[in-house]
Amino acid sequence: MSASVMPTSLDFVRFLPETILTIMGTLLMVVIPVLRRRFSNVFGHISLATLAAGIGAAVYANTKAGEAFGGMLSVDGFATFFRVLVMGVGILTVLPSYGFLRRQDAETGEYHALLLFSIAGQCLMAAANDLIIVFIGLEISSIASYVLAGYLRDDKRANEAALKYFLLGSFATAFFLYGVALIYGSTGTVNLTAVRAVVSGQNGPSPVFLGVAAALMFVGLGFKVSASPFQIWAPDVYQGAPTPVAAFLSAGPKAAAFAVLLRIFLTAFGPIGPGWEALVWVSALLSMTIGNFAALLQSNIKRMLAYSSIAHAGYVLVALTARSDIGAAAAMFYLAAYAFMNIGAFAVVSHLSGKGERFLNVDDFAGLGQKQPQTAAMLSIFLLSLIGVPLTGGFFGKFYIFKAALEQHLVWLTVLGLLNSAVAAYYYLRIMVMMYMHEPGEAVAQVEPLSPGLRAALILPALGTLFLGIFPTWVLEFAGKSAVFFK
Amino acid sequence: MNLLTVVLALPLAGFLIALLIPRSSPQSSRNWSLAISLVTFAAALGLLAWFDRAAAGEQFTVDLPWMASPDIHFHIAVDGVSLWLVLLSTFLTPICVLISWRFIQSRVKEFYAFMLLLEFGLVGVFMAQDLFLFYVFWEVSLVPMYFLIGIWGHERRIYAAVKFFLFTMAGSVLMLAAIIYLYNQSGTFSYRELLSMLSSGRLHFEPGEQLLLFLAFFIAFAIKVPLFPLHTWLPDAHVEAPSAGSVMLASVMLKMGTYGILHFCLPLFPSAARNCAPWIAVLAIIGIIYGALVAMVQPNMKKLVAYSSVSHLGFVVLGIFTFTQAGLDGAVYQMLNHGISTGALFAIVGLLYERRHSLAIEDYGGVATAAPWLATAFLVTTLASVGLPMLNNFVGEFLVLQGTALSNFTWTVWAATGVILSACYMLWLYQRVFYGEAKAEVRSHVFDLNAREYAAVIPLIVMMVWMGVYSQSFLAPVSKTTARVLDQTQVNVPFRVAIPQPQPAEVAHVR
Repeated sequence: MSASVMPTSLDFVRFLPETILTIMGTLLMVVIPVLRRRFSNVFGHISLATLAAGIGAAVYANTKAGEAFGGMLSVDGFATFFRVLVMGVGILTVLPSYGFLRRQDAETGEYHALLLFSIAGQCLMAAANDLIIVFIGLEISSIASYVLAGYLRDDKRANEAALKYFLLGSFATAFFLYGVALIYGSTGTVNLTAVRAVVSGQNGPSPVFLGVAAALMFVGLGFKVSASPFQIWAPDVYQGAPTPVAAFLSAGPKAAAFAVLLRIFLTAFGPIGPGWEALVWVSALLSMTIGNFAALLQSNIKRMLAYSSIAHAGYVLVALTARSDIGAAAAMFYLAAYAFMNIGAFAVVSHLSGKGERFLNVDDFAGLGQKQPQTAAMLSIFLLSLIGVPLTGGFFGKFYIFKAALEQHLVWLTVLGLLNSAVAAYYYLRIMVMMYMHEPGEAVAQVEPLSPGLRAALILPALGTLFLGIFPTWVLEFAGKSAVFFK
Repeated sequence: MNLLTVVLALPLAGFLIALLIPRSSPQSSRNWSLAISLVTFAAALGLLAWFDRAAAGEQFTVDLPWMASPDIHFHIAVDGVSLWLVLLSTFLTPICVLISWRFIQSRVKEFYAFMLLLEFGLVGVFMAQDLFLFYVFWEVSLVPMYFLIGIWGHERRIYAAVKFFLFTMAGSVLMLAAIIYLYNQSGTFSYRELLSMLSSGRLHFEPGEQLLLFLAFFIAFAIKVPLFPLHTWLPDAHVEAPSAGSVMLASVMLKMGTYGILHFCLPLFPSAARNCAPWIAVLAIIGIIYGALVAMVQPNMKKLVAYSSVSHLGFVVLGIFTFTQAGLDGAVYQMLNHGISTGALFAIVGLLYERRHSLAIEDYGGVATAAPWLATAFLVTTLASVGLPMLNNFVGEFLVLQGTALSNFTWTVWAATGVILSACYMLWLYQRVFYGEAKAEVRSHVFDLNAREYAAVIPLIVMMVWMGVYSQSFLAPVSKTTARVLDQTQVNVPFRVAIPQPQPAEVAHVR
């Protein structure tokens, strides 16, 4: 694993998605003054094209799978899955942003550039096989998303959100870095494969050191995935951040952080699994319970979705608790399904919120089913998927996760998790009740017809949700094949 | 293409096309859903015609792989019990379409689309032979019913719809856990495969394990039935639902629970089922008597019929847990009877509501003078419901009580009081609504049946008489299937058989 190896062209191919995103993001910054306001849609088009090219590059890189830059990156099916996922999340974030930014009079190129940088960081996290690279990816992703959260400068709540996210996020990253330092100190390496070798070796490092390191890293990453008890920031940030950004935060950084969490805990800390299982067990249960029960009490839709995203992080942690390849595959599947359904739901919220995001109450959905039946029908699909009704991706996601958990005899966690999902049905149903069983109110009266971008941003995830719910095999098989970690 | 697939696919295709019908022409929605539901019923009659009555097993089997891992199949078939339930669902859907013809005036397109989706879900539940597929249909049928209650219901519809959804959901997640557990143990979702593994001993559950699995399934089904004390969602859902929703809910959806108990709980977990039988039978008897007593004091017609359902479904559960041939036959027959006669009660109460816009008993009186044919139809239904000989419920109740007497005579005595009580509350209802002086509102609003309503009511009455007079035309295939269920509950009783065996040896040893 010496670092002095000359990079080959293959290394650069494997690094292509990040390269494309970074170059295009930088280029966007350069051309902003030239294009300014006259062609405001151009920025969106550029970032869509960049993300599409990035997905192409990631798929191409997967055909040349292997390690890059002396083992710092590991481009395998797992990395490709998450790279495509976060870039897909990027596309679904850009699509509703056209209309949203226009309504808020905030159409600038910086928004798109920041988004591309953030996604570049997440791609790097997905492929990282080295704790330092993980850290770099985490920072690139986080710093861009701190700025994105406060993107609407004149909005008080957005400022609060950005500041809160930044301060707490910095602490979390610091915790993560402490963990990395302890690992380096006790094993002499930051490469995940090498760490695993040392940990499972005869004269492994002291279990106390390792335990503390694992716990510190879990704190850092647990913050990023908004797992309990590190979830306090999520509702405030989601509420304050511009709605498409909130959608992005709930899917993109979360998926990347879960990718890292799975890779670190199943590769490097795999041998000490029984030690951390209880920790993750508790965190999973807390996340599900706190998320779902707190969401019951919310009247602001963004806060409700924030708590729901905490609960969903809990479901994915159940898959991590299972400590198996099947569990990892289930987590991957779930994150993909979750990205579709949650971004779709947020897209409807941003559609309805109006200028200055005035209409964010659950009551504001009243009568949407009469005014815009298509929008309401698609939101219903997302909500039914979030509840976990069969024939939607959310159902299969839950099914695979709890199947993996039961295989590892986590009976209580499964039962409590499933009961949790019955509780969750209540607050998702509230939105459907509003849409279909009440007369239209002020919010629905002002809602614009669906723009082409938003229509795509709703139809694509809706089709994705149904596809994953009816034909899950294809994605699941890919996830199953890629979720085989170095043992 | 297999006829069973046609019966399943027609409502789904009808639903998808109904979504495309323009909102501006509600009449086309009505016509379309009536046409498609009649065609579905005709196809279901075809099933009946080609059903081999001499065979006991599943027929019209379709088994297509859906997913490789986990191994999920699109596996549908009908046996002698589910055949009738499929027929019942397809029979009642056009009737529900007919009774909603005038009553539903807002969002007509969605209403009929949801009716067809509901039919798809219900028919699928009774056909599914793969546990996973069963769960899928089980949940899918939940969604349209939720909307039917929530959008087109009465004042407290939202409360009722959410309560209905959450109760069922809470029960079914436990069932999902049990289904996954079964899969992890056996590697298959196939009902048939599981049974053969159990009877050959390749799959074996410890007593405690079996009890928990049984309860996970049973609670999901018992909520749906509903078994006392899990019934509290039912009166709300029934009272608030539009009458077509009440009919489908009472006649078909509640049968999902009893069918589930018969089809899954008994054969898959026989020992646990037998061990729990006394407890469940007592709950069923409490349900019979409690439902009847509460029905007696209801001022609201729909609520009265709803509580009478609790009482009648108690008979079904009791019959199942007698573990006798007569009891099981009676239970199945009673499922069908209740579907016809309570469906008719809800339908006619709905017709009264359409005229008088009230469900309160005190707002009526003297309907018989204003609308004699409507009163006659209700009278026949009432008599069927109280179990008058020559009408359908009598046969079912008789068989259930006969089966109960074979296993425990005390239960029979208590359960039989339910029959008496049902006569009290139903006849008293009839007297208050239909006899006496006709009030001015009744005289000016309550008209007799029109042609469309005759078309909805007469088939139900014909069925009541037919099922009461010539029950053998229905019971023969039922008995074949229930005999097999009974067989399965006896073949595979590992720990129940194992316990008595060492006793004689031990006694000998002591001597």
